[in-house]
Amino acid sequence: MKVAALDQLWVYLSGNPLLSLLITLLAFVLAVRINRALGGTPLLHPVTLAIAMLIGFLLLVDMDYASYFEGAQFIHFLLGPATVALAIPLYDHRERVRRLLLPLLVACLTGIVTAVASTLGLAMLFGARHETLMSLAPRSVTSPIAMGIAEQIGGIPSLAAGLVLLTGSIGCILGPAIFRLLRVTDPAVQGFTMGLAAHGFGTAHSFARLGAVAGAFSGLSMGLTGLLTAFLLPLITRLIGLG
Amino acid sequence: MPLIMGMSMLLACQMLGELAARGLGLAIPGPVIGMVILLVTLMTYGKVPASLRMTGEGLLRYLTLLFVPAGVGLMVHGALIGADFWPIVVTLIGATAVTLAVTGWVLTRLTRLQGRRPRRSS
Repeated sequence: MKVAALDQLWVYLSGNPLLSLLITLLAFVLAVRINRALGGTPLLHPVTLAIAMLIGFLLLVDMDYASYFEGAQFIHFLLGPATVALAIPLYDHRERVRRLLLPLLVACLTGIVTAVASTLGLAMLFGARHETLMSLAPRSVTSPIAMGIAEQIGGIPSLAAGLVLLTGSIGCILGPAIFRLLRVTDPAVQGFTMGLAAHGFGTAHSFARLGAVAGAFSGLSMGLTGLLTAFLLPLITRLIGLG
Repeated sequence: MPLIMGMSMLLACQMLGELAARGLGLAIPGPVIGMVILLVTLMTYGKVPASLRMTGEGLLRYLTLLFVPAGVGLMVHGALIGADFWPIVVTLIGATAVTLAVTGWVLTRLTRLQGRRPRRSS
């Protein structure tokens, strides 16, 4: 009797957005706690950890991604308004941005070309398949934009979103070391670089670790990189005959 | 009701952005256009309303959480990632390192160059 009731409860739970919402939040809280217990190491980014735990849980209870996403989409939806909200730190630091506008634009274009060229170059060198290649191409751009671009140039949108996230966590690991090596000390420059190479992860990392100025510049470069890449990438892939 | 006011403003900008993207057939995602719309609005208005700041900064503080549901989607592509595992790993690490280094170096150089020049008021 008891077992049957539990069974029915599970049927109810797994078909309800409540469970996926709750486990997403709990996994995130747990991941942040674990990360903090390990001294805030960038090697185990809370987001990567949370994603790994959730994938493990879903495989364990045999729930597919579509039914998980039915609940988790409420969190996913907030990415839209959060992207819009990036205008606030940008507005706060508008004077500095205006003063540096030309260097920022030049650095942004250089960064995008470097990102796309090194990605396509390395992936082709190591023999990645065409779909993988086209899903990797927009990897340094924030995921909603990257998904759109990947679709346009023949990649797989959801794979692109995943690769974008991995890029973000790798950027958070590598960033501080590279800045030390190249003696990049200006928080504005650090933030801008993180936003360009590691999009939203870089921006979140900048806000949390490098302060509000770095966060604002990171948000700016994330938006700018997204905008410019959306225009440039289809042109670049067509230019080198991949599109 | 500041939270509701702030959220309404953000959603309104996003909606205008989505409409512009669809209506004009742009490849740029709606929220990014929404961000530009909000920025222009704030510049015209001259300050950030307290309700908007509260909601917006609250969202940005938890930005990383918002990426989790999309990231779990990686589980669907296990086979493809397995087949191209090494190219993907090498590319992600190598290209990210190169991008960080080049961008950081270029921007440091450019800002120093500008700092040395007498500043024009614009």
